[in-house]
Amino acid sequence: MKVRSPKSEVRSSEWEHQSEAQGAMPELLVSRRGFVQVLGSGLLITLVAPPVLAQNRGGGRGSAQPVSARIHIGSDGSITVLSGKIEMGQGARAELAQAAAEELRVPFERVQMILGDTSIVPDDGLSAGSRTTPQTVPAVRQAAAAARKLLLNLAAQKWNVSPDTLDVRDGTITHRDSQRSLTYAELARSGEAAEAFKKPPPAAVTVTRVGEWRVMGNSIPRPNRKEIVTGSHKFPSDYTRPGMLYGKVLRPPSYGAKLVSVDLGPAKAMEGVIAVQDGQFVGVAAPNTWRAKAALQAVAQTAKWEPAPHPSSREVFGYLRQRARGGVPPNPFPEQFEKAAKALKATYEVAYVQHAPMETRVALAEWENGKLTVWTGTQNPFGYHNELVREFNLPTSDVRVVVPDFGGGFGGKHTGETAIEAARLAKAAGKPVLVRWTREEEFTWAYFRPAAVIDAEATLDDKGTLTSWHFININSGGAAVDTPYRISKARSRFVQSETPVRQGSYRVLAATANNFARECFMDELAAAAGQDPLDFRLAHLEHPRLRAVLETAAERFKWRERIRTKTPGTGLGIACGTEKASYVAACVEIRLNDSQDQITVRKITEVFECGAVVNPDNLLAQIHGCMIMGLGPALREEMRFAEGQMRNAAFSKYPVPRFADVPELDVHVLNRTDLDSAGAGETPIIPVAPAIANAVFHATGRRIRQMPIRL
Amino acid sequence: MDQTFSLTVNGQSRKVLTDPERPLLEVLREEFQLTGPKYGCGEGQCGACTVLVEGKREHSCVLPIKDASGKSITTIEGLSEGGRLHPVQQAFLEESAMQCGFCTPGMIVSAVALLKEKPRPSEEEILSWMNGNICRCCGYPRILKAVHRAAANGRAL
Repeated sequence: MKVRSPKSEVRSSEWEHQSEAQGAMPELLVSRRGFVQVLGSGLLITLVAPPVLAQNRGGGRGSAQPVSARIHIGSDGSITVLSGKIEMGQGARAELAQAAAEELRVPFERVQMILGDTSIVPDDGLSAGSRTTPQTVPAVRQAAAAARKLLLNLAAQKWNVSPDTLDVRDGTITHRDSQRSLTYAELARSGEAAEAFKKPPPAAVTVTRVGEWRVMGNSIPRPNRKEIVTGSHKFPSDYTRPGMLYGKVLRPPSYGAKLVSVDLGPAKAMEGVIAVQDGQFVGVAAPNTWRAKAALQAVAQTAKWEPAPHPSSREVFGYLRQRARGGVPPNPFPEQFEKAAKALKATYEVAYVQHAPMETRVALAEWENGKLTVWTGTQNPFGYHNELVREFNLPTSDVRVVVPDFGGGFGGKHTGETAIEAARLAKAAGKPVLVRWTREEEFTWAYFRPAAVIDAEATLDDKGTLTSWHFININSGGAAVDTPYRISKARSRFVQSETPVRQGSYRVLAATANNFARECFMDELAAAAGQDPLDFRLAHLEHPRLRAVLETAAERFKWRERIRTKTPGTGLGIACGTEKASYVAACVEIRLNDSQDQITVRKITEVFECGAVVNPDNLLAQIHGCMIMGLGPALREEMRFAEGQMRNAAFSKYPVPRFADVPELDVHVLNRTDLDSAGAGETPIIPVAPAIANAVFHATGRRIRQMPIRL
Repeated sequence: MDQTFSLTVNGQSRKVLTDPERPLLEVLREEFQLTGPKYGCGEGQCGACTVLVEGKREHSCVLPIKDASGKSITTIEGLSEGGRLHPVQQAFLEESAMQCGFCTPGMIVSAVALLKEKPRPSEEEILSWMNGNICRCCGYPRILKAVHRAAANGRAL
């Protein structure tokens, strides 16, 4: 297997040194006093006092917040930056620290990030939707640039000179003429700085132009990577509290089953075990996981359930179509069919899949004097916080959610169910309780990526030009539902349905399903028009950024040369798409086995453009991750259920991509330093599946209109 | 019925009174506070819980404590010596071979076991050996680079 790196990949050994404090920080954050310890004796510490919770979300609108809500400068010169974003492997910790370091004119390693602690950080919204880069990075840059400006103004006042005569470098402000200098640390010790940071930031703060970036634009690795490789980083599931119990919750034997009766007696008789029932909620907690498991089993044996009817995954597509809210809308362009040279109609289906992050859902809940603290892995700390406030009817300030860097999310960790379970058990036990879902629970009870039924219809004139387009997504969502192609009569819509299983967001949402259907259908239309799939797309594509990635991908793959000759058992496919303000195209080469029932993806060439690149190395990791992760639902992943039971709720039955599945990857990034940076952790998925399906057609002449694509 | 088991963990003698069927992973994490090995699947499919037992890799989530009794166990915490990273840890660090990092301890311990058994593994040997470990962030390209780097460094020694 060969993995090629794009030219943008930069190794930067100058960042090898490691801030030891970073990994240790969550431990110190256990109490507000701990927070003071982290920040040291810096003058700005007192500014933490007003509860940040009361403030508005700062995601992209944070400019009204005082600088102190975001940035603290210790009297020792240490710089602490606060954000409501979280780190789950996507690289926010490094990227946000880069943004602050850039504008404060300090080396990257001087900046420490505190992420996702709702008692002290501003609400930056969810870590989802590729929004950290376009929204939170600018908010942090604004705050850091404002802090720099305030510190420069202070120095200028002290010396009675104009701020324009001052330079700042490595956290030291120097007056050019007199060579007098002051460090941030020295300024931080003065009372004026504290006052200045309390007020809303000055208007007209400008951030550093891309061409002048010194820290941003560089490959800076994850700050706490040493703790990761030594095993010392504490993930949420690694947290413990004194006297903590391990909790487990009784699940129904099938979807929709209602608990009729249960006997907690046998569990309660076990040493150290508590057992709780509150309506349909039944849970146990014990001094260790092993006993909690035994206690849960004892409870489960006594439980009586009333099952409910539930459709199987085989019949679910018809089920969703039947329940399309308001019915499936008819094609609004019937007149086009009369004059069309050709008309095509196809239906695509996309199965329910699970995120299956390596770290299952986990929450550790602790009650102290009626106040609730939860350590957990969530992409949505403030939403999670609000769920707990509602569930337990508490004042906002009596709930604290702490999110240590956790083990993967992919859009799957937005909800607070596990914390509610842990908090209920902790309340009953009078002790802290950790609830960590099993893999089976994660596969069965976490929300799924929605299944999709997509109807596509289009007409072509005698020149092979698209004259109308009608595209309906039933159930899975409206992300990227609109076609990026130029078609004079086009309507694309998302229609809700009634999902029989719990569904929610997943990396890039419905853009994967919509782009799969659209790009496969474009391929069918190209064939109907007698045109090359690349030419057909380009003939209908005006957007320069999408054209650029498509043309570059085709060039790198040598599409035009390679598509002319056909090799038995080999298929080539192409697809492109845009979502979350970024652009992507891919060409793939697949091989089929002799019996033509197994697909091996040999090579993917992908070209991606997301504006100005903030961290090339991390970007490349995200693109690789998206492409390989995308192979799973493209080829194999599918949750199977029948009689209300999940049939493949285990890694042994739900084959996610592994090392052996990794094809040759040729990734190229178009770095548009003239454009705003867009997020990049999602969109690179979307061309993978349709390019594979199109390659299957190229190899076999068969159209596979389902994800997973199976022969 | 609980029994007492003795084992050596990262060079230290440890004793635990527990159910003989309890998985080693739970004993390591909950009795010895060694949280480097992770729970990922509970069926020996994902490799997040990988430890060395007598130098060979094992899935600690499916290994009953009775079968680890009297044996020498090494976890991710026991790989570095005197604050010096193990060459495989160093290679993962240098390659930034992690995204969320939850699979990383298991990946590193698996790679250590591989290089113990086959100091000069071929590409195919690395792939088939490491195929037992799942990374859901799908950071496989960098992990492979790190294993290659560790193998190359080992040859240079």
